[in-house]
Amino acid sequence: MLRLEQLSKTFDGREGRVEAVRDVSLTVKAGEIYGIIGASGAGKSTLVRCINLLERPEQGSVWMDDIELTALGEQQLRQVRRGIGMIFQHFNLMASRTVLDNVLLPLRDAALPRPQAADKARSLLKLVGLSDKEAAYPSQLSGGQKQRVAIARALANDPKLLLCDEATSALDPQTTLSILALLKQLNEQLGLTIVLITHEMAVIKEICHRVAVMEDGRVVEQGDVYGVFAHPREHVTRRFIDTASPLQKIYRLLAADSPILRLQKGEQLLRLKFHRQSAAQPYISDISRRFHLDMNIIFGDIDILQDAPLGSLVVIVRGQPEDVARATDYLRQSDVDVEVMKRA
Amino acid sequence: MLDFLRDIAPNLVKKQGEFVGAIGQTLYMMAVSGGISFLIGMALGILLTVCKPGGIRPNRVIFTVLDRLINVLRSIPFIILLTAVIPLTRLISGSAIGTAGAIVPLVFGTVPFFTRQIETALAEVDSGLVEAAQAMGMIPWAIIWRVLLRESVPGIVRGSMITIVSLVGLTAMAGAVGGGGLGDFAIRYGHQRNQVDITWATVLTLLVLVSLIQAVGRRIVKRTTH
Repeated sequence: MLRLEQLSKTFDGREGRVEAVRDVSLTVKAGEIYGIIGASGAGKSTLVRCINLLERPEQGSVWMDDIELTALGEQQLRQVRRGIGMIFQHFNLMASRTVLDNVLLPLRDAALPRPQAADKARSLLKLVGLSDKEAAYPSQLSGGQKQRVAIARALANDPKLLLCDEATSALDPQTTLSILALLKQLNEQLGLTIVLITHEMAVIKEICHRVAVMEDGRVVEQGDVYGVFAHPREHVTRRFIDTASPLQKIYRLLAADSPILRLQKGEQLLRLKFHRQSAAQPYISDISRRFHLDMNIIFGDIDILQDAPLGSLVVIVRGQPEDVARATDYLRQSDVDVEVMKRA
Repeated sequence: MLDFLRDIAPNLVKKQGEFVGAIGQTLYMMAVSGGISFLIGMALGILLTVCKPGGIRPNRVIFTVLDRLINVLRSIPFIILLTAVIPLTRLISGSAIGTAGAIVPLVFGTVPFFTRQIETALAEVDSGLVEAAQAMGMIPWAIIWRVLLRESVPGIVRGSMITIVSLVGLTAMAGAVGGGGLGDFAIRYGHQRNQVDITWATVLTLLVLVSLIQAVGRRIVKRTTH
């Protein structure tokens, strides 16, 4: 559906040249939700703007359904852009227009007569759950409602692709979840392909099918979300995953030598990481029986990603050292990652 | 009533016909030069915004030339501008004196100022809105009309009010080329013949005029801000 080939974009800033996007190639399949995550300044905003050519990449090409967007003239590009919706971090609604008029704005250039256009705008507002707000002005709406209006506006020309530029970054966690749920619903109901960029791993976890991790303008890692979460390869990726996981806390406690994590003689602190298959097995009771170990669960975090469980347990094991070693081997063979965090 | 007026403002009562005529001339100069300046200033303000680096259609040459020209014109004191453009005035309005002769210099004095006001008003429109419009596939004209101008109506009104008030001041100076109007009236009688009541009457009239302009402007701004 969408293919980016070796895109590069540099800016001449005050502090010299900034290579915002370096040699990025990626493919987005029709009907998927593709997430791009990176810290601020990683180039993700520039990258998403290169897709509809709000920013012109210096090198590389953008393809959408076998049309090379980078080769199009102004007018054809405008035509293509009408088929790509876009929403923004700060919503970018016109303050001087009512909600209905905002949604109608992209329909002005369409062949649709005004009454039909208004009907369509109303049905879009209904779709995003704002039927009762059509006469309101954006300043009278909450952040979440504004983003819903922006989504309705982005859908006005029946796009196949929706670009989301930090669409939930200005929203509180609760509202973020409701907007993400709406995006997921649109993806499933309308078959809408979504490319979203964010700096929050929680967003990726919530709705994305595949993810690309960006650092310094490069895509350093990409793959399906479960795979990337289960087996992150790059340091940045791991950092992002940690931010979305309460396990972070354990490492802080460990560094602070918290009494909860103090070990008696013969004890070990382990982090067990479960994957698709292993999370369904009763391993804790299994190994405690099999290797005569006492297990004390300190901390747990099991998440459901793309309908499959993924997560970690932090446990203190007590037993004979050789039994612990055998249990560790056994777990590793059973697709459980074991990390020894601390030994007594 | 008239007796009372005759007591406190004897000269004004004697010259009341001329006074009303002067008000008429001031309003006429303001309306004509204001109207022309509004159209030209609006066009130039839009042109500056569009051609600005990072604008919808960046054009360094047009932007730089226009930008400098405005600065030059704004640096010339109006009283000098009045006489400096006399040849041009003669060419355009056929006469360099009288009320008609004041229009051209008034336009020259007002346009650069108003262009800046428009430029500022348009610059206040969030660049994200322009980006959103571009992402929708809007043509540049539509972006100017439906986004830039539409969103900056309160700013444009505010700038227009400031310009009209400064235009009131400029028309007063137009008396120097025989343009007539309240300023001319006040200088000839109030200042040169030391008829203080005429000076006061002029000041009061101008005060009422400025207040009216402000009140109207504030109303429009309030109505158009959501």
